[in-house]
Amino acid sequence: MKAIDYSNKTHYRTKAFHSPFYSRQEPMNQLKEWGRWSDYLSPHAYSCASMEYFACRNACSVFDLTPMTKYHISGKDALAYLNRLVTRDVSKIKPGRVGYCVWCTDEGRVIDDGTIFHLSENEYRMCSQERHLDWLLTNTIGFDVSLTEETHEVAALALQGPTSCATLKQMGLEGVENLKPFGIRYFSFENTQLMVSRTGFTGDLGYELWIDPDHAEVLWDRLFEAGHLHGIQAMGDEALAMLRVEAGFIQAGHDFMPAHQTVRVSHTRSPYELGLGWLVDFKKPNFNGRKALLAEKEHGHRYNLVKLDIEGNKSACDSYVFTKNKKLVGTVTSATWSPSAKASIALATLEAPFGRPGEELLVEIYYQKELKWSRVMARAVVVSGVFFDPPRRRQTPAADY
Amino acid sequence: MTRKQARDIIQVQIYREPNRVKKYDAIVVGAGHNGLTNAAFLAKAGLDVLLVEKNDYIGGATVSLKKHKDWVYSNCSYVCSLLRPEVYRSLNLAKYGLQVVPYGGSATISQNGDYLGSYVDPDVSRREMARLSPRDADAKVRFDRDIMRQCRFIRQFLLRTAPDPTSFKPRDLMEMFYMGKQLLNLGEDVIYDMMRLYTMSISEYLDEYFEHPLIKAAKAGSGIIGSAMGVMSPGTAYVLLHHAMGDVDGTMGAWGFARGGMGAIAQAMADCFEDHGGELLSGSGVEQITVRGGKVTGVALENGNEYQADVVVSNMTLPRTFLECMDQNDLEPDFIRKVKNFKIRGSSGKLNFALDGLPKFTALEDNPELIKGDLHLVDTVERLELAYDDWKNGSWSKDPYVDMLIPTLTDPTMAPPGKHFMSVFVQYVPPKVNGEDWTSDHRDQFGQTVIDKIESYAPGFKDLILHVEIRTPRDLEDDVGLTQGNIFQGELTMDQLLFNRPIPGYAQYRGPAKGLYMCGSSNHPGGGVMAAPGANAAREILRDMRKPKSVPEGWIDD
Amino acid sequence: MTRANNHIVIIGGGHNGLVCAAYLAKAGKQVTVLEAAEQVGGLAVTQEFAPGFNVSAGAHLLFMLDKNIRKELRLDSAGLSFSQQDMSTTALAEDGNHLLIAGDSLQGADISNNDQVAMKEYQRFMKRFAGIFNRLNNRTPPRIGSKNRHDLLSLAKTALQVRLLGKNDMREFLRIAGINIYDVLQENFESPLLKGALSLDGVLGTNLGPRSNNSMFCALHRFSGMQGMSVPRGGMGSVSKALANVATNKGVTIRTSATVSRILMEGDRVSGVELQDGEKIPAVTVVSSADPKTTFLGLLGARHMEAGFTRKISNIRMRGNTAKLHLALDGLPEFNGLEQTQLGDRLLIAPDMEYVERAFNHAKYGERSSKPVAEITIPSLHDDSLAAPGKHVLSAIVQYAPYQLKAGWPAEKATFTDQIIDLLAKYAPGIHSQIIHKELLTPVDIEREFRISGGHWHHGELAIDQFLMLRPVPHCAQYASPVNGLFLCGAGSHPGGGVMGSAGRNAANAILASQRL
Repeated sequence: MKAIDYSNKTHYRTKAFHSPFYSRQEPMNQLKEWGRWSDYLSPHAYSCASMEYFACRNACSVFDLTPMTKYHISGKDALAYLNRLVTRDVSKIKPGRVGYCVWCTDEGRVIDDGTIFHLSENEYRMCSQERHLDWLLTNTIGFDVSLTEETHEVAALALQGPTSCATLKQMGLEGVENLKPFGIRYFSFENTQLMVSRTGFTGDLGYELWIDPDHAEVLWDRLFEAGHLHGIQAMGDEALAMLRVEAGFIQAGHDFMPAHQTVRVSHTRSPYELGLGWLVDFKKPNFNGRKALLAEKEHGHRYNLVKLDIEGNKSACDSYVFTKNKKLVGTVTSATWSPSAKASIALATLEAPFGRPGEELLVEIYYQKELKWSRVMARAVVVSGVFFDPPRRRQTPAADY
Repeated sequence: MTRKQARDIIQVQIYREPNRVKKYDAIVVGAGHNGLTNAAFLAKAGLDVLLVEKNDYIGGATVSLKKHKDWVYSNCSYVCSLLRPEVYRSLNLAKYGLQVVPYGGSATISQNGDYLGSYVDPDVSRREMARLSPRDADAKVRFDRDIMRQCRFIRQFLLRTAPDPTSFKPRDLMEMFYMGKQLLNLGEDVIYDMMRLYTMSISEYLDEYFEHPLIKAAKAGSGIIGSAMGVMSPGTAYVLLHHAMGDVDGTMGAWGFARGGMGAIAQAMADCFEDHGGELLSGSGVEQITVRGGKVTGVALENGNEYQADVVVSNMTLPRTFLECMDQNDLEPDFIRKVKNFKIRGSSGKLNFALDGLPKFTALEDNPELIKGDLHLVDTVERLELAYDDWKNGSWSKDPYVDMLIPTLTDPTMAPPGKHFMSVFVQYVPPKVNGEDWTSDHRDQFGQTVIDKIESYAPGFKDLILHVEIRTPRDLEDDVGLTQGNIFQGELTMDQLLFNRPIPGYAQYRGPAKGLYMCGSSNHPGGGVMAAPGANAAREILRDMRKPKSVPEGWIDD
Repeated sequence: MTRANNHIVIIGGGHNGLVCAAYLAKAGKQVTVLEAAEQVGGLAVTQEFAPGFNVSAGAHLLFMLDKNIRKELRLDSAGLSFSQQDMSTTALAEDGNHLLIAGDSLQGADISNNDQVAMKEYQRFMKRFAGIFNRLNNRTPPRIGSKNRHDLLSLAKTALQVRLLGKNDMREFLRIAGINIYDVLQENFESPLLKGALSLDGVLGTNLGPRSNNSMFCALHRFSGMQGMSVPRGGMGSVSKALANVATNKGVTIRTSATVSRILMEGDRVSGVELQDGEKIPAVTVVSSADPKTTFLGLLGARHMEAGFTRKISNIRMRGNTAKLHLALDGLPEFNGLEQTQLGDRLLIAPDMEYVERAFNHAKYGERSSKPVAEITIPSLHDDSLAAPGKHVLSAIVQYAPYQLKAGWPAEKATFTDQIIDLLAKYAPGIHSQIIHKELLTPVDIEREFRISGGHWHHGELAIDQFLMLRPVPHCAQYASPVNGLFLCGAGSHPGGGVMGSAGRNAANAILASQRL
């Protein structure tokens, strides 16, 4: 059951398609508010974003990530191919493991970030927010690999939160509790194969479930049956936005501009400028951007992406960031009120060298109460850790709650 | 019907007898959109301006005409994107009734019945491209980025006078420095991209992005419109840029219709001009621009009347101005030689149809959305190039490139309800047929070629035709005064761009005689209904007169 | 035993590889040249194509060889001599009323006085403008947008040279440098035959017709050698032999029949090369005179390059459109209306520009010209080393013959050969019966025999978008490649093809400069 069928050329009549889970999402979506994510309708929220947020932090929540772009990479040069593509050493991602990666242009500017799933020897799946077929195929020149997009061929759900493991066990996935973070395991499920990875975008205990679209509805049903006693709820992207900022995860189009879409060259960013220097491994010989990043490592970069803990209770979306001497040094790229940390938190891009951990800054926040706008210069401090990082996130075997 | 509605639809014939003994501050020759823009800016600055026009209607190629009953044809230019918003606003064209309405989408229909659609919605457009080639759909992101980078650069110079690189005058040096600085701001790699884009052929340029023949063919069309080059001729990639750098309300690359046809633009400009006290005299062309002692003194009209002014501004093409409307003894032989060498080859024709109903394109049968945009009938760049080979051989293309639009699907003012006006731009069409002047037989055969081609994609089309106006380059020259029927008043090639346009040494809107100025599309930044040459020339004239600055420069676009 | 750390390996013993080797050795470097063929020379080579018949198998006229190289390497005392110098051109007319072009003077073909005058002016400005190219040819292209002092100085120098043309010439230069030769010739001349002949300057060896922009640029490039046409005694191979002699004398090791199969890497820098037979030759610096596609995609391998760069390399336009015809003749052919002495001229079949343009039309669609254009020489007339007494060799460059022929060359080659000979017979009616042997090298043959990807003589189309800092691609145009220790020195680099040697000389300078750092 593929969403997009070109054979009858009626695809243009639909601005956004229904995900394979739509028949289940639609009745649950009390708000009937849908956003668009790539080719698909994606709920902003089903009933109330903050309740969905707490479902994830307190019990478990389900997020449909089918629209995420997925590529399948196989062939005898698959590893060499990926190692030239991304900045980290992919040979360290063993079969059955997942790695977070970033990939760059020759100039060392970030094209996108995403995850590489090492499915088996010489077989990988790569997931990202943006589409990259042109770039990924360009990268195949000189490599014996086959690369296909499988976005519409794989249905995917994220099950995130403290009771997510219990829910999966309830659903019959025996031994899932022993799956380590960034691990992959396969289960047989309704006469098909269900792939489970212990990954997510919430910074909590959580799993991502991958299945063929024909089994999407039954997966959803079984999941909600099993999760019924574990507080399961469906979650939209508004709640996810809060969760990911708490977890300190960046997002393309918000915290950085993908290089292939960026008209103004200076608005692109390097991994160092996004705080992803740890993903750059110069011990492997050649990869896209290596020369430029080596030079940048030596000569320094222009921006720092930092996490800010901001005083007060106003969310700092789209704010300017100043030094204590009122020098403008950057802007907030993502911000939210953190219900778990009970703090106003933000990701911000600052001109280097500003943004050292512990540095005190000012954030200019505009907010309105009953249409009257006010401005506050809120004090903020650069923090090094993430805002929410429970031990259960890494604990193996995973706890039941 | 209110006065405004009437003006939207009908071209009012304007004829007024000016005072014969009076001397004007400036006379503008030709009421095309650049002449109108120029005259309006001069009048707005307080000058006493006379605008003379050979036809008894205004607008030049920016015109709406009734050729059949109640149908209004945009019978030359037919869509609007390049019109500088700075001019629009500065002349307050909205107040004078102009409304530009964007249209969505386009379709390129191939012979096998398939097509490539482009839609207002970017996701739908991407999916449509992905239907043909998933890779190309993603490559378009890179393509759009690279084109946009170049558009952003060039847009800065549309409302600026090009510097003379051979000059040591402070102003030229400063402008060269400014250009250099903007160029270096692009960064090394974008500069290299620019050097490549400006000198490559559109077909080779597209090869670096796309793989699907239909996608390449669809994109390549913009590289040849108005140009006497083929898609495989180096230099055509720039022409694509020229068609991509416009916008409608900030949406770059978007195109729109002027409500009431393109003449609505000219009419609004004329109303603005007259509102500021300008005098418009139509119905008699200029016989001669008179010069005495190296200074212009005025114009003598074909009807025998003479008018005086120390400033004469020509909106006519370069050759028409200097070879037809001036005493050759008033000009240097070297200058005349250069004017003669100016490349102004006609390559396009036009068919305007009054239709009894909407044509049914077989390929679009179940897709009523796409017919609102521009339609093209081509499969491959080779097929486009073959059309050019016919032109080189001195004939119109047997399998021409067409850019078709049905404005009446968007604009309710141009035809009775349910009836349609269809504009079909055709390429290639030579200024002469095998070296001979066009005959009416030739014109009919040419028209038939186009009609047959449309019929083969839209069976039954012929039966819908109530009236057709067939326009060859010859007609464009005779009616509008576009030398050889070149719609850009001179080709947009490297040798005729920026400080080379129209000819090196005369790229700052000043002619070879004192008080003589040029404001047509023969000048930087060239053709299309842009109004930039007219505005730039006005700025230079007012500068020479030491008047305060009143002509807008480009808005900053960061 | 060679110590790897100062050993330079040069891939390819074409003239650029040899020039580069000679200069490097002159500066005291230890250099080995590896040539895949049995003899050095690449496309500047003399080959026996039929028993007893020798011909310049690639280029057949010398007119661009950098004068500095000839002087600095003392090629004249290393065996370079000429059988013909300052050759005239004869534009053949089917009716025998040919046009003789000698420098800026014209004779025959009822040429008008206007054309005589115009030709003097044309030659004047072409030489002036080509002079700018000439000076660019001898320098490493500057990068634009870099703040490097050398780059800025180099750009300033070029800007100054353009300025020094004076107002009028400068304007004319800026106007015509980027356009097509058709328009420029139309502006200046009347005679169709003259225009046809001159238009070949803009299109020989390219994928252009006279009406294609860039053709004026190609003509200026061709003029930039600033010298007349000549033929080396013993054919073009003599140039290569002289270069090889100089190089050997300076201590260069030249190995022929040594085909490099890949460039070896250690970490992120080159460590040497491997030959087809498995032999590994260590080197800290590897210089390739092979074309960029062969060098990077074939010998180095994409995995050692970044993807954006790989894409740029794959996008280089380098599909040959030029074929070479060699005829072994039983006697001197007789051309209608030509004296025997004139047979030593450069003979052109390009009766008018429309003819050339039509010949080009086919190439756009992957077809060969039905009526080709040709540049013909009969070098044996003045050089008895090429054929036995009384026998002769005819060498012709023929266009258009696209590399990617739709019908495929195996199916078309014989027909095309006969077609060209039939064309020749229109001017030299008896030629059919004189032919002892014929050979046609299509771009596919050139690719195979001379190991040039796409069979393009210039290792890449000569065009503004593939010139100077854009040749072969940005960030590789200053002879150093993005890979540490790997340099380019072939015609794929600035200033491109033609037997110039400038790329080899500039590369040697760039390598030496990089090692001084």
